[in-house]
Amino acid sequence: MNALLARATPYLQATPLLLILGFFLAVPILLLLVVSFWDYDFAGIYPDFLTLNYAEALGSWVTWRIYANTLKYAVIVWAITALVGFWVAYFLAFHVRTATMQMVLFLICTVPFLTSNIIRMISWIPVLGRNGLINSGLTGAGIIEQPIEWLLYSDFAVVLAMVHLYTLFMVTPIFNAMMRIDKSLVEAARDAGAKDWQVIWNVVLPLAKPGIAIGTIFVVTLVMADFSTVQVMSGGQSASVALMMRNQMSLLQYPAAAANAIVLLVLVLLMVAGMLRIVDIRKEL
Amino acid sequence: MTAKSDIKSGVSRRNFLKTSAAAAVGAGLGSGVITGFPTIWAQNPITLRQFGTGVSNLNAIAEKCKEDLGITIQMTATDSDAAAQRAVTQPDSYDIADVEYWILKKVFPAGVIQPMDISRLKHYDQIVPLFKTGKLLPDSVIAQGTAPHTVGFVEGPDSRDFAKGETEWFTMVPTIYNADTLGIRPDLVGREISSWADIMDPAFKGKSAIINVPSIGIMDAAMIMEAMGLITYGDKGNMTTEEIDATVDFLIKAKQDGQFRAFWKSFDESVNLMSSGEVVIQSMWSPAVAAVRSKGTACTYQPLKEGYRSWGGGMGLAAHLSGAQLDAAYEYINWYTSGWVGGYLNRQGYYSANMETAKQHMTPDEWGFWIEGKPAQGDILAPDGTVMEKAGAVRDGGSFEERMGKVACWNSVMDEDRYMVRRWNEFIAA
Repeated sequence: MNALLARATPYLQATPLLLILGFFLAVPILLLLVVSFWDYDFAGIYPDFLTLNYAEALGSWVTWRIYANTLKYAVIVWAITALVGFWVAYFLAFHVRTATMQMVLFLICTVPFLTSNIIRMISWIPVLGRNGLINSGLTGAGIIEQPIEWLLYSDFAVVLAMVHLYTLFMVTPIFNAMMRIDKSLVEAARDAGAKDWQVIWNVVLPLAKPGIAIGTIFVVTLVMADFSTVQVMSGGQSASVALMMRNQMSLLQYPAAAANAIVLLVLVLLMVAGMLRIVDIRKEL
Repeated sequence: MTAKSDIKSGVSRRNFLKTSAAAAVGAGLGSGVITGFPTIWAQNPITLRQFGTGVSNLNAIAEKCKEDLGITIQMTATDSDAAAQRAVTQPDSYDIADVEYWILKKVFPAGVIQPMDISRLKHYDQIVPLFKTGKLLPDSVIAQGTAPHTVGFVEGPDSRDFAKGETEWFTMVPTIYNADTLGIRPDLVGREISSWADIMDPAFKGKSAIINVPSIGIMDAAMIMEAMGLITYGDKGNMTTEEIDATVDFLIKAKQDGQFRAFWKSFDESVNLMSSGEVVIQSMWSPAVAAVRSKGTACTYQPLKEGYRSWGGGMGLAAHLSGAQLDAAYEYINWYTSGWVGGYLNRQGYYSANMETAKQHMTPDEWGFWIEGKPAQGDILAPDGTVMEKAGAVRDGGSFEERMGKVACWNSVMDEDRYMVRRWNEFIAA
């Protein structure tokens, strides 16, 4: 009896987590999968087994174009946030001497996150608009004749807002990874005659990789699932996958939206699996 | 998505049935006479659950109804697609459906709305003829799209097919409607705007916007295309797939040429686009124009020579209503059309379907400004007491007859709805 209890203990300990994940993750995804095969009209959704929702989603050039557009945002935003995130983290980890100062500066990085996502995004509008701060400043100073139109309601605006929103998700894990780098490794590299850039390239970067990978997963999944930034900052001119789903849901086309959600889920999981093959983030955890 | 406003806690239906049965016995024993309905309602509070698309789901109306009739109105506001779905799939969840006519066209054939006996409608005769014959004035032209009179009548109490003309059975009592057009910034357009085609003027390249709600946006696009002389639609409200293709291809080209600054989806987006000067001409709703103006920015709801795109809503009775609740619903509708609500709606810039009764609840100056298109004698106040228009102002588009007499098409539902939405998504993605 005791032996049985001993064997059962780990399972019992895992049960609460299993229940939570089951209820809030597995069941919803399963439902999503089931509903994605259902039929629908304006009045409701009907149990069925149709592949039409997938055929309509994957067979239309609109879907492919929207996916391409969303991936484009993901790649650009990833590249910029990774670059910015790496250098911010590098500065914090290697150039700020005291641990107190490091924490203070790191907390300053998080200050913008005390306001809501939407507010941070919308506050760009009066800055970038046709009669906004930048344009009225430049025209007032006589630098340009006409306001620059592409500052707002453009891909530029979308990428800018996303970089603003998501850079911290890159800074944090990279900073965390860099803090674990043994400083004596850097000293050893210097003693062996390495220049600054060689230290960064051959010592810091490889050891920060798991942090970059975790940040990448955050940023890519956030960008792939974004709809409000794209809607607001592009002024409805651009579409993203999540925006397409939202359109379908507002027209009560739930099965079509579910099919799109499954496709997006598979795509994002593949991307994450790809990253995990390149970098072993378990070292980090 | 669903905002619920509960005006005081009412009684549940079961409770109501119990108490009303007891009260009926009591009243019968006590007086031997059943007095007027309002007294009965006051003693035995009854709740009617009304749901609809928001514009007329106003708390002020529910409060006034409680005060006048003792009937508690529980209002739920949803967007129009959710309203259509709820009307069909949860017919027991509401007593009164307050929906637009194009939604009625979708849901009535499902048998969830019971036709009304016009002999029980006290103010039926005063309902403006627009909702009976489709003509506001005898010489008006009937507009395209889902015109309310085409879905306004059925042959009998159990009929599910719409009648060709006026009958004894009314599907919905019209409550609120208006004529939509383009909003402009008169200080920034720099010229006279007189046609829907003006939104495509190269001068407004990158300074125009249209609404990104497919069923309404496509109608605005149709008005624009027809005004430009590019196409003549058989019925703008029910396009063929070829007409949809032509319209969407036209929009895609205009978008790629950079004609549009943005596509708005919500009321406040349209207000911000206009008041910030990002856009100088765009599709707009009349309260949004008022909102821009209340910020001190000039904005005109510009009448155009091709006419307006109009929308209208009404109240229908749920099929499950019977007995005392049905009586109460009729009582409510008769109260609704008796003038106070009409005056309230007219003062918001919408139109009431019972103009004669509404007039009695408006000052001569308000009536002159909102309905007759005359210059305001004094300041025109909003329901909350703030100044909406200064003395001397004239309503854009003029009088009720000038505006509603020039409706070119009604909001509608197309047979090729699903195809249209798919093509519209292509336009937004293009």
